[in-house]
Amino acid sequence: MTLSPTLPQVQTRITVTGLTKVYPQPRAPLTALRDVTFAVREGEFCALIGPSGCGKTTLLHILAGLTTSTSGTVTLPERRPGQLPTAVVFQGISTLPWFTVQQNVEYGLRLMSVPRRARRERALQHIRQVGLLPFADAYPHQLSEGMRQRVSIARALATDPDILLMDEPFANLDEQNRLLLQDELLRIWQEHRKTVLFVTHSLDEAIRLADRVLVMSASPGHIKTEVVVPFDRPRDYRAIRQDPRYGTMSAYLWDVLREEVLRGRQV
Amino acid sequence: MRNSRWLAVLSPVGFLLIWELASRSGVLDPRFFPPPSVILQTLAAMTRSGELPYHVVVSGRRIVLGFLLGAVPAVAVGLAMGLSRPVRSLLMPLVSAIYPIPKIAIYPLIIFYLGLGEASKVSIVALSIFFLVLLNTMAGVIGLERAYFNIARAYGARPLGIFTTIAFPGALPAIFTGLKLGMGFALIVIVGAELLGSDAGIGFLIWRSYQIFAVDAMFAGLLVTAVLGWLATAGLDWLEHRALPWRP
Ligand SMILES: Nc1ncnc2c1ncn2[C@@H]1O[C@H](COP(=O)(O)OP(=O)(O)OP(=O)(O)O)[C@@H](O)[C@H]1O
Ligand SMILES: [Mg+2]
Repeated sequence: MTLSPTLPQVQTRITVTGLTKVYPQPRAPLTALRDVTFAVREGEFCALIGPSGCGKTTLLHILAGLTTSTSGTVTLPERRPGQLPTAVVFQGISTLPWFTVQQNVEYGLRLMSVPRRARRERALQHIRQVGLLPFADAYPHQLSEGMRQRVSIARALATDPDILLMDEPFANLDEQNRLLLQDELLRIWQEHRKTVLFVTHSLDEAIRLADRVLVMSASPGHIKTEVVVPFDRPRDYRAIRQDPRYGTMSAYLWDVLREEVLRGRQV
Repeated sequence: MRNSRWLAVLSPVGFLLIWELASRSGVLDPRFFPPPSVILQTLAAMTRSGELPYHVVVSGRRIVLGFLLGAVPAVAVGLAMGLSRPVRSLLMPLVSAIYPIPKIAIYPLIIFYLGLGEASKVSIVALSIFFLVLLNTMAGVIGLERAYFNIARAYGARPLGIFTTIAFPGALPAIFTGLKLGMGFALIVIVGAELLGSDAGIGFLIWRSYQIFAVDAMFAGLLVTAVLGWLATAGLDWLEHRALPWRP
């Protein structure tokens, strides 16, 4: 595969070295991650794929500070005032049902004690960006699943994080909505150029969105291989799908993944 | 639809009508079962004289104060028990032990400590709703999705933030369930307490009417209790609707 055209002096934003996570379960301790090592550069869009249960969510939760690791190190940017080092878009339930769209998007800012006026403005700006301005005062149950994920993305971006961690954000959407939201995410990312770690099940989604795809092994997960995606930005999905390299990449990733999925099933 | 609504009115109106006729014709002894029309007249007279409003206000005040005194700490402790396993382990045995005791059975003890004044009435109401609200609040927090807590923590919420932005709003539907159940108990208990030892309130009114053999006034007292209960429930329903606009 081709090398990415990134400059050598670009900083790394996420550095994970020898990360291991063992869940102390009553019967037998469960090793969810074993010796995970990788780095994500500043402004890079990095996808993470792997068989179900291989520890992708666990890894993301460790990066977000929701779970502690058993051993190994994680290096993230320092926390700066008015900003979060990481913001998460969660798998499944990602909005708080008792808050309106506006309040949901303001949530991170509110916890950061941003003054009311300022957080209102910042929230509205991001609500507009994901096209939900007419629904600013609606509650999550009045929205579709796709709209709720957009709320969640707006909330993450409103905190102006150094790193965006996304855990299968589009997994529960239908095909058409997923394609639209991928477009939208790429457009927004093109503006901010946040560092993104994007977990997905979908090979197509990974190739379409990411600069680089990390492939995890079956449980206990570690990084099995990585593939650099050669397509230029901004990307045209139709052109990508017709590019012969798409087929080659997709086939290669599936070969690796298939082996892991089958191996994971035997356990 | 129209038919069923008619039927809903039919049973109470029919019941009152039969009662009225039976009482007037002497099938029922009017000394024991005064006709509804007489009860209504008594009710009107007692309202005009200011007697009834006075007792209603006294009971109402006890209920409201007792409700606040019981519900506010119950919500706080319930949230803490829902959020923290150690707190739950510590307090749950005590709660389980006291919860099933009929609160009116504790009333003599409360009188013994607090005397016959307002304090004992307010306390018995507070006590009777405390555990209901507490247990419902706790269950409400425990039933919340882990995902909500993850969202809060991922955005840097500290314990107080989790308390106010996740546990409390998330448990609010369950808290209202507790309050509504509690309202029923509060009425039972306050009228009971006023029957046992009091010089004012609806329970006292019913008891005194019994002593002077004013059966119509006793029925008037019962009617007022029923209306009060209905009003309280409607009020809580309204409040719930206002407080939970986010529920589908
Ligand atoms: N809180 C926990 N306690 C114990 N074990 C856990 C916990 N969370 C996850 N696990 C286990 O760790 C392993 C990895 O789970 P994780 O959710 O990280 O997988 P995943 O790759 O995100 O899966 P999916 O693709 O299905 O979302 C699984 O075997 C799971 O059962
Ligand atoms: Mg997962």
